Amino acid sequence: MAFEKDLNLDATALRLGLPGTSEEQTSASGKSNKRALPDMNEESVSGDNSNVADARKCDQETAPPSKAQVVGWPPIRSYRKNCLQPKKTEAEAAGIYVKVSMDGAPYLRKIDLKVYKGYPELLKALEDMFKFKVGEYSEREGYNGSEFVPTYEDKDGDWMLVGDVPWEMFTNSCKRLRIMKGSEARGLGCVV
Amino acid sequence: MNYFPDEVLEHVFDFISSHKDRNSVSLVCKSWYKIERFSRQRVFIGNCYSISPDRLIARFPGLKSLTLKGKPHFADFNLVPHDWGGFLDPWIRALAKSRIGLEELRLKRMVVSDESLELLSKSFLNFKSLVLVSCEGFTTDGIAAIAANCRFLRELDLQENEVDDHRGHWLSCFPESCTSLVSLNFACLKGEINLGALERLVVRSPNLKSLRLNRAVPLDTLQKILMRAPQVVDLGTGSYVHDPSSEVYNKLKSAFQRCKSIRSLSGFLEVAPRCMSAIYPICTNLTFLNLSYAPGLHGNELTKLIQHCRKLQRLWILDCIGDKGLGVVASTCKELQELRVFPSDPYGAGNAAVTEEGLVLISAGCTKLNSLLYFCQQMTNAALITVAKNCPNFIRFRLCILDPIKPDAVTNQPLDEGFGAIVQSCKGLKRLSLSGLLTDQVFLYIGMYAEQLEMLSIAFAGDSDKGMLYVLNGCKKLRKLEIRDCPFGNAALLEDVGKYETMRSLWMSSCEVTLGGCKTLAEKMPSLSVEIINDTDQMEFSLDDRQKVEKMYLYRTLVGHREDAPEFVWIL
Repeated sequence: MAFEKDLNLDATALRLGLPGTSEEQTSASGKSNKRALPDMNEESVSGDNSNVADARKCDQETAPPSKAQVVGWPPIRSYRKNCLQPKKTEAEAAGIYVKVSMDGAPYLRKIDLKVYKGYPELLKALEDMFKFKVGEYSEREGYNGSEFVPTYEDKDGDWMLVGDVPWEMFTNSCKRLRIMKGSEARGLGCVV
Repeated sequence: MNYFPDEVLEHVFDFISSHKDRNSVSLVCKSWYKIERFSRQRVFIGNCYSISPDRLIARFPGLKSLTLKGKPHFADFNLVPHDWGGFLDPWIRALAKSRIGLEELRLKRMVVSDESLELLSKSFLNFKSLVLVSCEGFTTDGIAAIAANCRFLRELDLQENEVDDHRGHWLSCFPESCTSLVSLNFACLKGEINLGALERLVVRSPNLKSLRLNRAVPLDTLQKILMRAPQVVDLGTGSYVHDPSSEVYNKLKSAFQRCKSIRSLSGFLEVAPRCMSAIYPICTNLTFLNLSYAPGLHGNELTKLIQHCRKLQRLWILDCIGDKGLGVVASTCKELQELRVFPSDPYGAGNAAVTEEGLVLISAGCTKLNSLLYFCQQMTNAALITVAKNCPNFIRFRLCILDPIKPDAVTNQPLDEGFGAIVQSCKGLKRLSLSGLLTDQVFLYIGMYAEQLEMLSIAFAGDSDKGMLYVLNGCKKLRKLEIRDCPFGNAALLEDVGKYETMRSLWMSSCEVTLGGCKTLAEKMPSLSVEIINDTDQMEFSLDDRQKVEKMYLYRTLVGHREDAPEFVWIL
């Protein structure tokens, strides 16, 4: 494709579509809203049906326009679709997933804080997940005597001891959890 | 035949229960026809427009149980406008006026109004059983009428209906004197219910065997109900969320331990995975498990649960079980006959989901499998060929690849060979749904091998009219054919018009058939009703015969064109 000497507006134009595709192609695939894949109105002239298969294969290479537009596909009863869809968005909106790291562990985990009703449940879950034991919490002394101490990073970026604030406040402000080695936790109110 | 008195023949016919056999019996001779029609109590009508209420009543005065189906199957997928038809009302009015002592009514894809339900509840003294599947048009007020007026009600089974829920007093409408309930399923109702009324109802229903609750019933009510109804055989939990360390949960655990009869379990519309251990005791005897509405259950909790279910015969699950999870099913559930894997994310970017690997594992482990519904990310010919070899007993095989024209994921070939292997191996196949990239070749195979096929669903497949012709010419037992988005046109439609009289119905949408073709068909076959359905948002429908028809639905009928068709339906 030879670039002309004058302003080549095409080359610099902002346009939706993959590089290398032309205007015509994108508009053709967007045109028929009845049959998203493939566009049979174009292809089937009487008798010449080999084009349809080719056209379909062509459509395979250029990603077919949003599958969600195809009415009635996938073939699931609307009742079922309605049951699952809102639930999913509900769950995604309501779930509070935070990363959990533990000093010395090779990889992090993720948990949904919404699943737990309070601190005891959360701590039990963490203990199960990472195979450690945390001592009893007290306001004055934190997790006295534990080898590991649960901490979290709050909205302000500060590292806090898990358990100080009411549960709801905690779930709303917790960005990530870190299970610290007791020795490092000095200064967070722990007497080890 | 003339030597037997009528009573003897009648007694013999009592042993013939299948509709098909009864229909055959009635064709033998006039006297058999007469005896059969007076003794017939159960009638199945697969298309409510194929016959009229009056003719039904005239022929079968002893009718006690009626099954009616309304909208075509593709209505499930929003391809049929809501007010297309399938109204219950004329049937109820005609039956109410007659002397028919209706006791059981089973409806699928029909439009049911509160007025109809009320009329039903007041017209038949001995009415015992109402089953509504995928119906719409009614509210809980209609249900309240059934509860209040049907004094001997045994069964109220609402499956996957769109019900307008006016919040809960319907349960309180069961009178104190109602103690006959055997089966109550209200899982599809979205609203609150009176929990106290539910508990009292359960307490006074000693014959209760099947109970499926809705989401509004919390776990502590479930526990109380189970304590009072440990004889239950089929249970659908409501919301299954609680603190596993609570007293209520402990009580639930003991309640489940007392329920030695539970064979079928469903529900979990909201689920706390850590509460599943309460169910382990009943898992050992379960034959049916439906977790297809529980996306919150997956991973280890799910597989742990499955591993307890060694006697499972039917499993409905979401694809978040994954291929690995299906491997657990394959090694645990050796008695499995039916598997349904639904997509947890129908429009998803293909996160969870299962592939051909899961299906192959299942086929290797569950050799008794005869019924499959499988939504998957991808499939290969090799996998289907293996499945065909491992499981030759399929009666129902429905495969849905989420991308409808996806080829073999490894070879990029069409999936013709794979499906071909299925129809060749499974000689008893009655129902088949295809997907993926498919050419005319697959239809050649189907026409050649699928001798018992009764229902076929095709989407985005084939290259030419030949495809459809292979099927119409080859499948002698075909009853229902539904086709969407395929290049089949008038030549295929019109080649053998007599064929459609041997079938219940044909659906074709977004294909190549034209108005002219449909008109020709309607002219040649007055015993068929050929409907053209125009979507309401379509532009002006031109009367040009060359115009392609967006949706055509035809069916055989004994009573001519229906009178209740809405504006957008044109009956040729």
